[in-house]
Amino acid sequence: MSSRVMARALGVAAFGLALVAAPGCRQDMHDQPKYVPYRGSRFFKDGRSARPRIPGTVSRGERDDDTLLVTGKADGKLAEVFPEPVTLAMLERGHQRFDIFCSPCHDRAGTGQGMIVMRGYKQPTSFHDERLRGMPPGYFFDVISNGFGVMPSYAAQVPVADRWAIAAYVRALQLSQHATVADVPAESRTAFLEGKTLDPKTGLPMQDAAPPDGRAAGSGHE
Amino acid sequence: MGIIRPRVPQVFHRSTNTIARVTIFGALIVVAAAGYGLALVNRSSYVTTAGLAIEQPVPFSHRHHAGELGIDCRYCHTSVEISAKAGIPPTQTCMNCHKQIWSDSPMLEPVRASFRTDASIPWVKVHDLPDFVYFNHSIHIAKGVGCETCHGRIDHMNLTWQQNSLQMEWCLECHRRPERYVRPKEEVFKMGWQPPNGDQLALGRELLEANRVHPKTDCDTCHR
Ligand code: HEC
Ligand code: HEC
Ligand code: HEC
Ligand code: HEC
Ligand code: HEC
Ligand code: HEC
Repeated sequence: MSSRVMARALGVAAFGLALVAAPGCRQDMHDQPKYVPYRGSRFFKDGRSARPRIPGTVSRGERDDDTLLVTGKADGKLAEVFPEPVTLAMLERGHQRFDIFCSPCHDRAGTGQGMIVMRGYKQPTSFHDERLRGMPPGYFFDVISNGFGVMPSYAAQVPVADRWAIAAYVRALQLSQHATVADVPAESRTAFLEGKTLDPKTGLPMQDAAPPDGRAAGSGHE
Repeated sequence: MGIIRPRVPQVFHRSTNTIARVTIFGALIVVAAAGYGLALVNRSSYVTTAGLAIEQPVPFSHRHHAGELGIDCRYCHTSVEISAKAGIPPTQTCMNCHKQIWSDSPMLEPVRASFRTDASIPWVKVHDLPDFVYFNHSIHIAKGVGCETCHGRIDHMNLTWQQNSLQMEWCLECHRRPERYVRPKEEVFKMGWQPPNGDQLALGRELLEANRVHPKTDCDTCHR
């Protein structure tokens, strides 16, 4: 083969390769010289672009004026009341947050036999224990914020409002384990004793007798 | 009158006609094939890194934590509902449990070292959109797009990998017809969710209506 043909063949091959390799290039506009979350830094000694807060500063929207709301204490004692009225929405939020952050250890019913405890973590006291049933709401807020014994603080993962919502839900859990027939609204009591399902929102017997939707009762993971 | 014969002697053999034709159409075919090949390479995991499990400084397993232990995604990825970034958990989050559990496992030494010295664990990014693309988790979560739809069965992964290409056509494929993917808001964090009666399209259309889901395809939605 003449060298000219060779050279041409090589050229075509090189062009083909370049064509195939081109999309693999990641250039300047893909990785712009700016800080984005989690991108390291060569400027700061600790290698992080996210800077720690300067000691003694308070971020916007971070309230430290309302001691009951932020510390769970009133006059230095654990609060006996919630900083705001407990609503159904707050309980539902608390339910969801409890299942995310507390149920791995305390389990969904609060008896202290969660999955992580099954794998060897220290078993916490059941929330239905007499001592804990007597604790004021501020106690639960305080434990979530500051930890207790070997349990770590959840302040970094759970914001203040959610901590109160969880405290309210823990109270609801405690009541649920000690409910009596007298807690059922008078107008529904007969229906309840006959074994009819009551609507959780209204407390009245369900209109249609269909069994509760089994799908919603799943644990969230297969 | 007789036939006037061309004066010019015939330089090319007749077969040249065929060769010329083959060359012209052949070139078209070669270009088309090259284009097709390019498109294939461009979508392959070689370019997108989809499907490749990434080595990490600690062999953290979602299968173990999210799957078998059933820990909710939000326990670790705390900001996924409220911000653009889902967030990678700080070392403290691991230590919540690993101060007590498997507290002397050699696999967890980098976690303990990070806790002692306050240096970050150098997790390797699995997903990495180009800097000229704007993406936001919170809107997708709020409108009922499941983690699974974009990230696949995370709860089955030992080492984490990227499930989808993250290319523009992938984003647009959903933004054009989201009814094929949306789910009820309370099912977003669940892995392995199926539409209750198997009819995703009917349910999807209802959900678009109920949650007012209207993803845009204007360029400035994602390039701002
Ligand atoms: C990693 C496991 C774990 C998680 C998650 C966890 N806890 Fe605990 N918790 C414990 C353990 C263990 C104890 C007992 C500590 C001890 O006795 O040293 C405890 C104790 C408590 C106590 C005090 C009980 C007492 O005996 O006075 C309360 C209240 C409590 N937890 C609430 C919560 C709430 C609310 C959450 C969710 C925000 C939560 N915990 C999440 C493990 C956990
Ligand atoms: C116990 C904490 C924990 C839980 C629970 C958890 N993750 Fe993660 N996740 C991590 C850590 C640590 C990383 C970084 C290491 C890696 O990529 O594997 C990560 C990485 C990821 C990544 C890849 C991030 C990247 O680099 O691009 C995705 C996607 C992800 N998680 C999704 C989920 C989903 C979905 C769930 C819920 C099913 C979940 N995670 C539950 C800790 C957790
Ligand atoms: C609409 C698709 C989509 C959905 C739904 C989605 N993600 Fe992502 N996720 C992405 C993309 C795209 C990236 C890459 C972002 C980047 O590189 O800037 C990403 C990145 C991540 C990361 C890496 C860190 C970060 O914030 O960039 C984690 C962790 C993560 N996702 C977890 C989750 C979890 C948990 C859920 C469900 C609650 C979820 N994702 C739902 C598309 C999605
Ligand atoms: C809610 C508790 C909890 C949290 C938070 C947690 N882990 Fe674990 N992890 C466990 C348990 C429990 C095991 C061991 C399970 C068993 O007994 O098989 C484990 C096992 C491991 C193992 C070794 C087991 C294996 O084969 O995968 C590694 C590595 C690990 N975790 C890394 C991490 C990292 C990194 C983080 C932080 C992002 C983290 N874990 C956060 C509970 C937790
Ligand atoms: C599986 C479906 C799905 C995929 C995949 C998806 N999106 Fe979305 N996206 C949505 C939905 C649904 C919305 C919410 C639209 C609304 O506001 O009603 C949305 C909204 C957005 C918004 C907010 C628009 C605004 O008005 O501010 C941005 C930005 C966005 N998506 C970017 C992306 C990018 C970038 C990708 C690819 C990396 C992507 N999306 C992939 C479904 C998807
Ligand atoms: C739903 C989000 C979304 C919308 C809408 C969108 N893009 Fe993109 N675009 C992306 C993503 C994601 C990438 C990065 C693809 C990759 O990394 O391969 C991208 C990449 C690009 C690139 C760069 C390709 C490269 O290889 O560097 C161009 C050019 C572009 N888009 C143009 C447009 C134009 C023009 C429009 C409007 C018609 C548009 N985009 C609308 C998400 C979007």
